Amino acid sequence: MNQSIKLVGVGGQGTILAAKLISTALIQAGYDVKMSEIHGMSQRGGSVSSEIRYGDKVYSPVIEKGHADVIVAFEQMEAARYIDYLKPDGTLLLNDHKINSMLTLSGKQPYPQGIIETLSQQVKTVVLKGTKLAEQLGNAKAMNVIMVGALAQVMGLTDLDFAAAIRENVKPKYVDLNLKAFDIGLQHSLHS
Amino acid sequence: MKKLMTGNEAIARGAFEAGVHFASAYPGTPSTEILENVAQYKEIVAEWAPNEKVALEAVIGASIAGGRSLAAMKHVGVNVAADPLFTFSYTGVNGGSVLISADEPGMYSSQNEQDNRNYAKAAKIPMLEPSNSQEAKDMLVDAFDLSETYDSVVMVRMTTRVCHSKSLVELGERHAVEPRPYEPDLAKYVSVPANGRQRRHAVEARMNRLKDYTETSKWNHVVDNGAKIGVIASGMSYEFAWEALGETVDYLKLGFTNPLPKQMIADFCDNHDTVYVIEENDPYIEEFAMTLGKRVIGSELFPYTGEMTPDVIKRCVLGHETEGVDIHPELLVNRPPTFCSGCPHRGFFYELGKKRKKIIVAGDIGCYSLAVGEPYRMMEWLICMGAAYSTAHGAQRIIDMKDDDNRRLVAVMGDSTFFHTGINSLLNTIYNGGNTINIILDNRITGMTGQQDNPGSGFKLQEDDAAIGDIEAICRALGVNHVRSIDPNNLKLVKETINWALDLDETSVIITNWPCVLKKKFKEEDYAAYQDMWKTKDAVLEDKCTGCKACLRSGCPSLVFDPDKKKVRIDPNTCVGCDVCLQICPYDAIVKEETA
Ligand SMILES: Cc1ncc(C[n+]2csc(CCOP(=O)(O)OP(=O)(O)O)c2C)c(N)n1
Repeated sequence: MNQSIKLVGVGGQGTILAAKLISTALIQAGYDVKMSEIHGMSQRGGSVSSEIRYGDKVYSPVIEKGHADVIVAFEQMEAARYIDYLKPDGTLLLNDHKINSMLTLSGKQPYPQGIIETLSQQVKTVVLKGTKLAEQLGNAKAMNVIMVGALAQVMGLTDLDFAAAIRENVKPKYVDLNLKAFDIGLQHSLHS
Repeated sequence: MKKLMTGNEAIARGAFEAGVHFASAYPGTPSTEILENVAQYKEIVAEWAPNEKVALEAVIGASIAGGRSLAAMKHVGVNVAADPLFTFSYTGVNGGSVLISADEPGMYSSQNEQDNRNYAKAAKIPMLEPSNSQEAKDMLVDAFDLSETYDSVVMVRMTTRVCHSKSLVELGERHAVEPRPYEPDLAKYVSVPANGRQRRHAVEARMNRLKDYTETSKWNHVVDNGAKIGVIASGMSYEFAWEALGETVDYLKLGFTNPLPKQMIADFCDNHDTVYVIEENDPYIEEFAMTLGKRVIGSELFPYTGEMTPDVIKRCVLGHETEGVDIHPELLVNRPPTFCSGCPHRGFFYELGKKRKKIIVAGDIGCYSLAVGEPYRMMEWLICMGAAYSTAHGAQRIIDMKDDDNRRLVAVMGDSTFFHTGINSLLNTIYNGGNTINIILDNRITGMTGQQDNPGSGFKLQEDDAAIGDIEAICRALGVNHVRSIDPNNLKLVKETINWALDLDETSVIITNWPCVLKKKFKEEDYAAYQDMWKTKDAVLEDKCTGCKACLRSGCPSLVFDPDKKKVRIDPNTCVGCDVCLQICPYDAIVKEETA
């Protein structure tokens, strides 16, 4: 059976690198892989998503509503925005972090409360303080790779060679940081 | 070796393997990354042209001179390039030539949803439609052979999903070919009517030969699953159909789609009880099947707009609705696109907003189109690239006929749009003695499509330095007497300059000149011109802030209003210190960080 992973977040959070690491590891393990992204305007701060589908033979690169096995949300409100893409028995992997939109910044609308509570009543939800953990590691940007580690755990993909994928896709000076970030994700998703 | 590639990367790889010598394009989603990737192959000369017509013309010249050449553009770009395209069809090629058209079913980043397969038919040129990245690469290589064999430019029609989704590609070697010799052939290449009449027959003969080819083309084939129901599909719709319907149906997969294979389609229809045609945008294949007297199900069942994603197909063919998880709208706030922190368009639109009762703003396409949204609401129409000045001129002519309306037309466009087709529009206004106010929002880059260089940015696609087109000198050379260049981050100057233009009753031009915050490459002279460029951030003196929210009218995402304290704060991680908010604050509560 083909599997579908949807990564959602806010522009600048590193969804694209995360998707690249996952797909590199999957290809290396021999899967057929397709990915999809809609590139829009280049300005920053918009809502973004990447989709990965893998299995023996994949046709559509697109994940339909109600068809994602896992949604990896890098931000709370983005989890709520795309939750209709999740299968009713799928898993939401959520980074407990909030990023304001123009409308919440300017005080026009408050940032919504109770997202985690509501979503975890609807679907199986694994919450991770990915941004905090990355800050503790010394670089908030490594949150994306922490989430990849957590995803590997949640989807039972721990046998894949993510270390090689990291070495292949990140600059040499960030390899160690990202290897550590991946391990943190692996460990912490077990305990949450 | 297999590599995960977007369709656009695969096209670039195909260009490399096909031994392409020359490629030219104007950026436009979803086609932009084709040339960006072609440019990585040093064996190919890759260039940005100021617009699509020029790109295709450069490619035509390269082909006549014997080179293998490639042009790439978004669907609406082909409208701009249509004039040379229709005659290129008549002249045919010397070196093989391919035009990539990247269409946008669903209009993710476009103003319309036109189906450019109609262009291939109207221009009488062969067309290929890849479904995935492997096909994109392989078809491109084959397209060059077809082009040279059938003496015609070939169109490769892609769509957003084919361009931007990634799938595995088996890489091949570069098949290096020398440019063919060039011999003058006036009867072929000089399209005067006498020659055109002769070439018209050559075009007909070519399309007739292609009618035989399409029946046996390796790109058109039947997938026999032993079913009574058949599906005819091309491009991404074919992958979507497989996903939705799998082995329950037979498929006629069409990859070579102009001319369409008459016999193949007729036989497929005759061999199946029911035949669905699944295609995005127009009923291109469906209407052809109907001319053959075949009953197929297409536009009567499927939506006429958007992508034919598997859920759409399942809903239409099988009546399946997917069960998803419910969205809770109260948990969401939109993230509307907005000018970046430090965007040089901000200061100008902030000041222009104060004149809204006296003016009508004619818009154009670029990041500045975001001025249509909150908090500016400063754009009343947008048609196509380069149309701001010309539409404004026409509108001003009519407004001036009305006794009770003395509003002035202000037309806004960016530097890339000015070079694209804006120069012609401005020439029209000045030539006809118009009295509109014409703005060039010169951020020294093609911003909206992701910071591509242009004739004013100082750099070329393949990195070397380039001549910088002097916009002010161009305007003066066209005959505009009233031209001012200003720093848009200086609000007082912006205000004075807008007033200056409003007081004139002749064509005027205001050039707002400050680089895009995302522009990466600068020349020495740029550093000299933009000296204080984003050196120190701005900060709020909390005791002075009254919470009046005046600064929020700048629409800057670095300004954060704290509803508890009723004060504004500046996010130091995103502020670049453009000082626009500092100048707006009526209480001097915003200062340079170092003085805070
Ligand atoms: C005919 C055509 N070609 C290309 C595009 C894609 N496109 C939209 S805006 C834009 C560039 C705008 O650049 P500029 O005018 O410099 O404004 P900026 O975004 O930098 O503010 C392009 C290439 C289009 N819409 N129409």
